[in-house]
Amino acid sequence: MSGPDGTGPGRGTPPGDPATPPIFLERRSYRRRRVRDAARLLPVLGLLGWTVPLLWPLGAAAPQVSSALVYLFVVWAVLVAAGAALSVLLARGEVEEDRDRAARRAP
Amino acid sequence: MTTLNALIAVCLVYVLFLFAIAFVAERRARLGHVRWLRSPVVYTLSLSIYCTAWTFYGAVGSAARSGLEYLAIYLGPSIVMIGWWWVVRKLVRIGRAQRVTSIADLVSARYGKSNLIAIGVTVLAVVGTTPYIALQLQSVTLSFEVFASADGGIELNPAVNPDNTTAFWVAVGLSLFTVVFGTRNLDANERHHGVVMAIAVEAVVKLVALLSVGIFVVWGISGGLGETLARIDASGLGQWQVDRGRWAGIVILSAAAFLCLPRIFQVLVVEAGDESQLRTASWAFPGYLMLMSLFVVPIAVVGLDLLPEGANPDLFVLTVPLSEGQNGLAALSFLGGFSSATSMVIVAAIALSTMVSNHIVMPIWLRLTGGGASVSGDVRHVVLTARRASIAGVVMLGYLYYSLSGGGSALSAIGLVSFAGVAQVLPALLGGIFWRGATRSGAVAGLSLGFSVWLYTLFLPSIGGGGVLSDAVLAAGPGGIAWLRPQALFGIAGMDPLLHALFWSLALNATAFLVVSLSSFPGPIERLQGAQFVNVFQHAPGPRSWAGGAAQVEDLMIMAQRLLGAPESQALFRREARRQGLRGDLPEPTPTFLEALERELAGSVGAATAHAMVGQIVGGMSVSVEDLMAVADESAQLMEYSARLETQSAELSRTARQLREANRKLTRLSVQKDAFLSQISHELRTPMTSIRAFSEIMRDAGTLAPEEQVRFASIIHDEAVRLTRLLDDLLDLSVLENGQVSLNRRPGSVGEVLDRAVAAAGAGTAGRLDIVRDPTREEVVVDTDLDRLSQVFINLISNAAKYCDAAEPRLEISVSVDGAQVVVDFVDNGSGIAPEARDTIFEKFSRVAEHKAGGAGLGLAICRQIMTRLGGSIGYLPGRRGAAFRVELAHAARLAAQ
Repeated sequence: MSGPDGTGPGRGTPPGDPATPPIFLERRSYRRRRVRDAARLLPVLGLLGWTVPLLWPLGAAAPQVSSALVYLFVVWAVLVAAGAALSVLLARGEVEEDRDRAARRAP
Repeated sequence: MTTLNALIAVCLVYVLFLFAIAFVAERRARLGHVRWLRSPVVYTLSLSIYCTAWTFYGAVGSAARSGLEYLAIYLGPSIVMIGWWWVVRKLVRIGRAQRVTSIADLVSARYGKSNLIAIGVTVLAVVGTTPYIALQLQSVTLSFEVFASADGGIELNPAVNPDNTTAFWVAVGLSLFTVVFGTRNLDANERHHGVVMAIAVEAVVKLVALLSVGIFVVWGISGGLGETLARIDASGLGQWQVDRGRWAGIVILSAAAFLCLPRIFQVLVVEAGDESQLRTASWAFPGYLMLMSLFVVPIAVVGLDLLPEGANPDLFVLTVPLSEGQNGLAALSFLGGFSSATSMVIVAAIALSTMVSNHIVMPIWLRLTGGGASVSGDVRHVVLTARRASIAGVVMLGYLYYSLSGGGSALSAIGLVSFAGVAQVLPALLGGIFWRGATRSGAVAGLSLGFSVWLYTLFLPSIGGGGVLSDAVLAAGPGGIAWLRPQALFGIAGMDPLLHALFWSLALNATAFLVVSLSSFPGPIERLQGAQFVNVFQHAPGPRSWAGGAAQVEDLMIMAQRLLGAPESQALFRREARRQGLRGDLPEPTPTFLEALERELAGSVGAATAHAMVGQIVGGMSVSVEDLMAVADESAQLMEYSARLETQSAELSRTARQLREANRKLTRLSVQKDAFLSQISHELRTPMTSIRAFSEIMRDAGTLAPEEQVRFASIIHDEAVRLTRLLDDLLDLSVLENGQVSLNRRPGSVGEVLDRAVAAAGAGTAGRLDIVRDPTREEVVVDTDLDRLSQVFINLISNAAKYCDAAEPRLEISVSVDGAQVVVDFVDNGSGIAPEARDTIFEKFSRVAEHKAGGAGLGLAICRQIMTRLGGSIGYLPGRRGAAFRVELAHAARLAAQ
């Protein structure tokens, strides 16, 4: 009778065991990397948005300055908002990373 | 005069307020309360020195003149900050890791701490910034003029005050402020908390001022957002009329300038704290820029509407509220413009003075004083003085430029010209932090070419004809060479001058930088720095506690330990300390000691590197000790590795030697085996040949005489017997050699064995050989395989019978007991065996004389094998007249006794 106390499944590694990192770790670090990718991508999008005026016609068919102004500032505002959101995500990722590193260092 | 007096009072109070703020910030910083001072908000606000008076006043003017083009100047920096993860993050990290003090310092440190590059970038920065400072002084002066003339009735396009007193006193005040708060500490890498705080406050003031004017214009004058937009469309700016090339060019130019402007670099990199500040600034600074440019167009449009034709649009921010009677708002707006101008001048002066004093004044001073800078106190004093003088010098240079140029309209174009100048650093900067192959020569080539092209195509023409470049040169090119016209290089005319200059200067700059970098080879320090810069994220940031002086020797010690090993370097340092008469283990870093240490290190890493390492620790500031540690670690690892390799190679050569030995042995054995095989085949072939020959004769010759038949048959028979005997011998030998023989031991007397042997051998030789024996001495009992022993005896007797060449062959067999051994000697009366053949007679197939071919030459070999098996021996006995063999084997009785 070695079932309940000896080799039963209940005696597996406890959840906090450092030898076996939780399976969600990989997923989290994957997320962090993608957030960084987004941070790299954002200026490219901004540049795209702000080169659109190069396509506008000049002369009589040119758009009104007021709509041009609104367009440019909307792009700007969206960039700032996206940048702010990304910076929050990046900061969170960094905190997580520090925690993971600390956890690895002090088993 | 009341308004002006009130304004001056407000201005003074404001300046005092800034002094107070800077003072309090410094105080709190010294007490350790830096948390708030280092908040991301303060950092973001300090970046706002990008928005100078040129922004505050000039943006509206630019919008009034050329529509939305002004926006491009703020889009570039926004993209750079939004994309901070690409470049700015790396710059800040490098700035922190390398203790960078200015952009000239960063570029020169990257290219092997080249002073030439540092001087070049410094000159470029001064040339690019001085007109910009002049621009700030002009704007302050102009805004004062607006109020001065407002007292006597609104004059909307004031003439420049000819005596420039306002500009002068502003310059003096700014110099004073900057000297007091910008040079408190020697370490330029340390934060100027007071200055940064004051800058941040000024940033808030200018934003609030511009927003207030904007809100007043939109909701106070125009009556709402929708009405404002309608008013914009109805105005002269109504339609989108932006030159596409300029739009793209200015976005790129402003982005480049944002990274390269000395003052921006000062707050962005040098004063930066950690990454969290940067993270916030990455979106907050674009937000700030957006707010700053939000109301520019409405103000411009309303100004154009309200104010009479010919009013200076650069001053709409002031004149619009004034014309509406909003004196308070105008004063606030004035403070905003004042803040923009002063903050720019202060930071630019700090940045430039650091560069000038570090890269121009100090090297000259050190050379003049003959390098007597080993006492730390006097250098400190010199550096501070140099920096203060440089601040005053830079600001005064701006003032000089302003008063000389007369503050004309040429100044308003200077902003973008200045941008294009400092942008020449960009290729060397980006190449330096992303490409390890960038070299000093490449950077020098790119910078000088770009700078020259910029000077020729943009800066000098911007001063206007009649300056350095005459109108004739502008129109027809130098000496009439048309393709060298400053504004139409290579004959491409009709381009916008700014775009033209930007394109050619940056294109030629980058090309020269890349081509020369590719074709030149970097020096050791350069390569080290290149690796440190490009791979900055692979090095842990580490604490930056090293601060020269007392720590030097310890740092040297740590470095030496990593290169020489702990006990050796400790001994070296202790020895030196004793020699200097010191009690501790650390000597003073005297030149003698440093030379000795350098020599010691040179043994490990080579002279050049050792020199650089010691030099950097003792005298240099831009290569950090941690980096040297990294190199030292690397070298130590290399040395350890090579030591391990050496051991391995020694082991390998040992093994190779053993292998060679084994190979030689194998080859010898193989030769022996070949010889043996050829012998065997020869021995087998001889009888076979005769058997074949005689059997063929008998078969083919139809009739043979019976006696002939008998003779041939007997020959065949004899040969077959000989063959059989040979095969028996071979078999016997192989059995003996393999140790598979089973001995049939039993006791018996030597005499009996000899009797049997003589009988057996005598069968063929009866009568010919006379055998002499002494039977009484033969009664010695041995315990052995008697059959095998008799085989040996038979062999020896028949050999004697066969080979003894005496006329009356005689064999004497004598038996004696020598200690535990029974000795049997066989001595004949022949001529014996030649000395040179004695060594080989016991080998297989060795025969003393070919002509007496009687056997296969295996007999003695078999004898030796048998004797070895029986535990005895057989050998040739030299010194007798004839052939003599001695057989020795153990005495049975003695055996029993034991």
